[in-house]
Amino acid sequence: MGALLGKKLGMTSIFSENGEYVPCTVIEAGPCPVVMLRTQETDGYEAVQLGYGLIEDRKVNNPMKGQFAKAGIKPTRYLKEFRNLKADAGSTLTVEQFQVGDKLKISGTGKGRGFQGVVKRHHFSGVGMATHGQSDRERAPGSIGGSSYPSRVFPGMRMAGRMGGKRISVRNIEVLQIMPEQNLLLVKGSIPGAPNSIIEIVKL
Amino acid sequence: MNTLDMINNMTIAKAKEARKSKDGDNYADVPDFRPGDSITVAVRVVEGEKERIQNFTGVVIARRGSDINATFRVRKISNGVGVERIFPVHSPNIQSITVERSGRVRRAKLYYLRGMSEKKVRQKLHQS
Repeated sequence: MGALLGKKLGMTSIFSENGEYVPCTVIEAGPCPVVMLRTQETDGYEAVQLGYGLIEDRKVNNPMKGQFAKAGIKPTRYLKEFRNLKADAGSTLTVEQFQVGDKLKISGTGKGRGFQGVVKRHHFSGVGMATHGQSDRERAPGSIGGSSYPSRVFPGMRMAGRMGGKRISVRNIEVLQIMPEQNLLLVKGSIPGAPNSIIEIVKL
Repeated sequence: MNTLDMINNMTIAKAKEARKSKDGDNYADVPDFRPGDSITVAVRVVEGEKERIQNFTGVVIARRGSDINATFRVRKISNGVGVERIFPVHSPNIQSITVERSGRVRRAKLYYLRGMSEKKVRQKLHQS
């Protein structure tokens, strides 16, 4: 078990050992100081709180300052708790806890798509044909239910609306390369979110 | 320099090193070649345990991408069947690229060669 907070930097490609061309995502992962330990006695659950991204002291409010001072670490912009993680208070987690070939679960906020129709949002296939007099039905949702009975639209009916911008997790992401000096992690394929967005990395 | 550029340059350098260590004195940099050129690509093919070199000779009909993502497309007629292969320019699996003959074309993408006979292609590329 290992976990980190990081920032998605973008995608590129590398060549594997046998010369294959592999798409990869570059992540700046950690270093993440352990800010606090949640325990069964005091909090009712076990967890490790990790910080990521240093910020200036003046940007930290007083309650938070106290927490960071208690742990004896510099203030960080992001804090996140991870359960099922073992770490010592005051220690720092880095990419070195991962190995090439490890499988990861990566979570983050996906790209916001704005207000989208049903074809894009729910993979509807649209209603009509392009010809035979049909003018505006190509991307329409079609019927959304009966008429006089039930005289209402059932809850949960899939319609157009805001899409994306929600938390997405992807499992079984493979670690391709680790660069501890630069705190970089190269993983195979794509991960959720736009470049520079904050992501959580958990070893499966 | 941003981190992605750094990784791209690193990957290209690493592929170069891999080729150098395999080929030793036979190592040659990737030459300049353009769409319309006839080239021979020496590709490493792994068959079971053994590795051998296979030549692919044809006309470059397209180049695309930059840095690590750069690829080129080579077309040849093999036993009467048109064959096209796409190679990454910096692939460590390419032993060498040799320009056999350069062609004179006015376009960057020569997809129009696909419908032509070999003779027509020759005439098209090497007209004076």
